[in-house]
Amino acid sequence: MKDRMTVGKRNRLRLFLFLGLTGLLVLLSVFAPLLVPNDPNATNALHMNEAPGRDFPLGTDRYGRCVCSRVLMGTRTSIFSAVILVAVTFVFGTVLGMLAGWFGGAADALIMRLTDVFLAFPQMVPAIAVAGILGGGMFNAMLAMGVTGWTLYARLARAQVLALREEAYVSAARLTGQGALSILLKTLLPNMLGPLVVSASTQIGTMMIGIAGLSFLGIGVTEPQAEWGSMISASRAYLQLAPWAVLAPAGATICTVMVFNYLGDCVRDVLDVEGLR
Amino acid sequence: MLKYIAKRLLHLAGILVAVSFLTFLLMYLAPGDAAVKKLNAQGIAVSAEVLEKTRADMGLDRPFLVQYGDWAFRVLHGDLGASYKDGMSVAGKLGKAVGYTAVLALGSLALALLVSLPLALLTALKKDSLPDYLLRFLSFVANSLPNFLISVLLMYFLCVKAKLLPVVAEKNLKGLLLPAAALAIPMMGRFLRQFRAEILEQLGKDYVSAARARGVKARYILFRNVLHNASISILTIVGLSVGTLFGGSVVIETVFRWPGLGKLAMDAITNRDYPVLQGFVLFSAAVYVLVNLLTDIAYHRIDPRVRQE
Repeated sequence: MKDRMTVGKRNRLRLFLFLGLTGLLVLLSVFAPLLVPNDPNATNALHMNEAPGRDFPLGTDRYGRCVCSRVLMGTRTSIFSAVILVAVTFVFGTVLGMLAGWFGGAADALIMRLTDVFLAFPQMVPAIAVAGILGGGMFNAMLAMGVTGWTLYARLARAQVLALREEAYVSAARLTGQGALSILLKTLLPNMLGPLVVSASTQIGTMMIGIAGLSFLGIGVTEPQAEWGSMISASRAYLQLAPWAVLAPAGATICTVMVFNYLGDCVRDVLDVEGLR
Repeated sequence: MLKYIAKRLLHLAGILVAVSFLTFLLMYLAPGDAAVKKLNAQGIAVSAEVLEKTRADMGLDRPFLVQYGDWAFRVLHGDLGASYKDGMSVAGKLGKAVGYTAVLALGSLALALLVSLPLALLTALKKDSLPDYLLRFLSFVANSLPNFLISVLLMYFLCVKAKLLPVVAEKNLKGLLLPAAALAIPMMGRFLRQFRAEILEQLGKDYVSAARARGVKARYILFRNVLHNASISILTIVGLSVGTLFGGSVVIETVFRWPGLGKLAMDAITNRDYPVLQGFVLFSAAVYVLVNLLTDIAYHRIDPRVRQE
């Protein structure tokens, strides 16, 4: 028992550490316009593919744009789009899953067959097809990723409702004459949030990789908006001449995805250990 | 067993019908007139007259469900339509590309298994040692790497810096190495983590302690019992990763100009050649569903407990 407590404490400490780190990244993205050393979109024919130096801390790209400023501005695109995407798919999927689990019958069958069909497509394939058809743009890329993203939460929420609906406290809530909506929101939701939050927190990194991948292919966020995937893709042809224009956004992507993935792991560990008690 | 397979096949047929409907709907809802796209792809000037005729030829003036029914009927006969761009059959194009993607996918799977399985054994046996921590961290990093990034970084360090390999992949074993590695690295990270967890779980079971107490050699237990029991989960993990391979191949094949399905799909997107894209989506979903079914059947064969149900 004592051992588990210390493990729990260590996990929680880690969670706070990574919550702090992600908070820092979010702050960075919020204040990015104030922090950039140069205008991220200003081209400069005199400083094309310039190596990192005093004026341009991370060098310039093929149009003479400041790589450092663009990487900083890219935090907004990557972090905001991934977090919003996870939030929207989370709410949509959870609502559908809860309805399916609570009402059962035809609604349940319909919603679950629908998730089956969406899960029949290999992960990124529908996203690539939808984004490819809709053309570039951050909203379209998020839509493309969201097409299948909600199924995860729908299945999980349904399973949770099915597991909890026969619990005594749910029957008690029913006996007080509360409506379905009130029971679902006030009684069931707080008790089933744990596994859903764990999935959502591990999904942020995945969604980030997905959107960056679409942008890399040229069917996600497009120029001139600063986005790491499209920056890497566009500067790829100048890899020999100006490697910093690829390596800087690459480093930013790796670090950000790792921090968010680690956060997901920490959330899982903390909630798992608490589930044991 | 046969009953189980028949039941699953029936379910699979239903799923495939729904999948085909969604795929068709996606292309139907695609913004823009399909006839205009076809004419544009062929470089023919669009006039009202030509447009009218093309629309009638393509059957676009018919109701949606009739169009779907007609399309689905032809798909069942192996006719996936013709490319807007060059009028060649989509099935033929897919057939030509599928071999390249299969070689790439199998190569990267083999590479990932070859590296991650021994390492998973090592980390599970030497749990909480320095190599365990190091490899777990590395697997975490690998799992956080988008595959487009890996391919660009591999290209930079191996082709540009070290000049070990040519930048554009040749269509041979040497050319396969880099794209396969780029696909395999995130998979290695995931596999190592999942395999390690599974092996550790098996090692903690009572039958291992019992066998040890009876004096059975540790190596024998590991290879005969633990690995055998873990193989069920390992199989499932590998089967599920086929889905990521399809998405990943689009990126990797585009970067390395490997003429497989992914490159075909990406070219189709660039050219707005929707029948080809449609064929790719349908084909990949069919393969994915089939692989999942095969995994489940294999699962049934290996694990007698599942068979009982």
